[in-house]
Amino acid sequence: MSVFKQGMRGLFISLWFMFLTFPIMVIKVDPIERIVRWRWENCLYIGVGTFLVYFLLQYLLHRKLQSVESNTEKDNEPRESIIHRIIANPQQRNIMVGILLAVAIIFPYFSSSYQTNVMTTALMYVVLGLGLNIVVGMAGLLDLGYVAFYAVGAYTYALLNHHFQLGFWTVLPIGGGLAAIFGIMLGFPVLRLRGDYLAIVTLGFGEIIRLVLENWGEFSKGPSGISNIARPGFFGMEFSLDSAIIYLYYLMILFVIVTIFIVNRLQDSRLGRAWIALREDEIACQAMGIDKRKTKLVAFSLGAFWAGIIGVVFAAKTTFINPASFTFLESAIILAIVVLGGMGSIVGVIFGALVLILLPEYLRALSEYRMLAFGAILVAMMVFRPQGLISNIRRTYRFDKTQSLNVK
Amino acid sequence: MDYFIELFLGGITRGAIYALIALGYTMVYGIIGLINFAHGEIYMIGAFTSFIVATVLSIYGFPLLAIVLIAGVAAVIWSSAYGYTVEKIAYKPLRHAPRLSPLISAIGMSVFLQNYVLLAQTSDFLPFPELIPEFAFMEPVAHIIGSSDIIILITTAVIMIILTVVIKFTRVGKAMRATAQDRTMAMLVGINVNRIISATFIIGSALAAIGGLLIASHVGQINFYIGFLAGIKAFTAAVLGGIGSIPGAVLGSLVLGLTESFATGYVSSDYEDVFAFSLLVLILIFKPSGLLGKAETKKV
Repeated sequence: MSVFKQGMRGLFISLWFMFLTFPIMVIKVDPIERIVRWRWENCLYIGVGTFLVYFLLQYLLHRKLQSVESNTEKDNEPRESIIHRIIANPQQRNIMVGILLAVAIIFPYFSSSYQTNVMTTALMYVVLGLGLNIVVGMAGLLDLGYVAFYAVGAYTYALLNHHFQLGFWTVLPIGGGLAAIFGIMLGFPVLRLRGDYLAIVTLGFGEIIRLVLENWGEFSKGPSGISNIARPGFFGMEFSLDSAIIYLYYLMILFVIVTIFIVNRLQDSRLGRAWIALREDEIACQAMGIDKRKTKLVAFSLGAFWAGIIGVVFAAKTTFINPASFTFLESAIILAIVVLGGMGSIVGVIFGALVLILLPEYLRALSEYRMLAFGAILVAMMVFRPQGLISNIRRTYRFDKTQSLNVK
Repeated sequence: MDYFIELFLGGITRGAIYALIALGYTMVYGIIGLINFAHGEIYMIGAFTSFIVATVLSIYGFPLLAIVLIAGVAAVIWSSAYGYTVEKIAYKPLRHAPRLSPLISAIGMSVFLQNYVLLAQTSDFLPFPELIPEFAFMEPVAHIIGSSDIIILITTAVIMIILTVVIKFTRVGKAMRATAQDRTMAMLVGINVNRIISATFIIGSALAAIGGLLIASHVGQINFYIGFLAGIKAFTAAVLGGIGSIPGAVLGSLVLGLTESFATGYVSSDYEDVFAFSLLVLILIFKPSGLLGKAETKKV
């Protein structure tokens, strides 16, 4: 395509978007004062913005095509990023993990308690992302009601603490277990549904849980929520506010490490391989003798278990919960984390959570556009890079002639 | 007895509005097998466009009939434009991707559009101008059924008839049915499948826009979040009737509307939305093919 033609096309597209966004972006009415504001400048921004984005996309597409062309002559080895190379090499990996751990441990001493708090939130989303990653990434079951299990965990702690003064550590397994039971209860009937129906049922389930919490006042105190939830203690010790924040931070570091360890082991286990096989082809998988329902159910309840645990931590961290924290958008955020990082990839999910939660916190000006960006990320990732930023590399056996000779 | 009739008519009205949105879901699903999660947002944008246009016109002192017509046409035009653009951006590149990819992309689009309206307009509830006057001849039955209910029922009925004619007898309608049956074969007989898919999105969005205008003037207020709930409910209706089936969508909507109306009238109004969601979960579990749908068999 000639440059002129492309220019015309870009111009046409930006005109189309100017037309498209005209009523919503340009006109703003105040129905009570009966004033109309015409914001023509927005029309200009949209036009110029669309034009630039169009050319950026064309340029990227052009480069991608070129690199594909030059690559076809070379061997077909999958190109690996720096991160993949580091993971593949155990020595470098250990050094990297050591550095990250050291940074994580000394972090609270160099930053304010506000920043530690933000970091704790990000770590919570790391664990949530890893939990959802089991369900969506590994087993390929799109769960849009993940936040329901998170709510179950949070309310378990809040209610048990409120009525029976049970402590954090007692409730932690109860919250996780209860969420897992909810997962099984939901999973039993719905797991035979096809992928997209399953997504909608889980979404409906998530909304039911939230609506019940909102309307069943005697049980959950309705929209006003439950306050004065106890912070976690340490063998009966109570903390001041500042040290409680730091304590919770270290707790989350511990949780993240444990979760990574377990998920990593799960991925290579018989169960994990069954999940991945199930995701790729259900029928072939059943023909190989894998119990489809049981395997899916385990994935579902394990994912729910993690959500429940983090729910308990969430209630303990904020000391106040109400149903407004458990809307569908929360599920969408966690899904965006998994999709951005790369479905099925542990490093990717950690990276995705840190980027998506920390970036809007530190770029205050952008935080208003947070959800807008999350939506755009979901679309853009699906269209341009479905495997995510740091994709999961399948373990493959390579035939090595020199080694195979030694085997007798 | 009056109460029963009132609830019954209220349920039919609700069902009629759900039907306008549910048709968009069912038509898109029938043609490309995608749950168009952003459809509720298209409806919301239709309601918002008609709100903006109607308020601007009423401030400038246009007569009521002109306001209704212009707002309706504007809502249809812009909603269709959004439906068309969303399909081109978020779904068309994913035509051959795994099944979950377009669904995730649709969820992304839905979140994006919600927040786009939230940022460009406001998060408050906005009072929708009264577009449908109280008719004098409705006076004797006004305690059972309002004027807006009558208008909604008549409009919906007319639209349904037009839609049926379009799908049964026009070239586009025939091509749509052919594409829904077998996309590859439709291509082979010379149907421009991409254009037909765009046409489906445009028709579905236009119906949703009319639904948006009607429900907004019926309820009297709108905000950026109305699309989510309406979308889920319309989807429930489409699944209840058998997704992919056009008469099924209408039947499902009426059943859902009546269920909600009676449940809120006789049981409790707090749990209005819970009933809809529970109905959705129950249908999908026990009869995923719906009332009028055909069970899908998968060949290996």
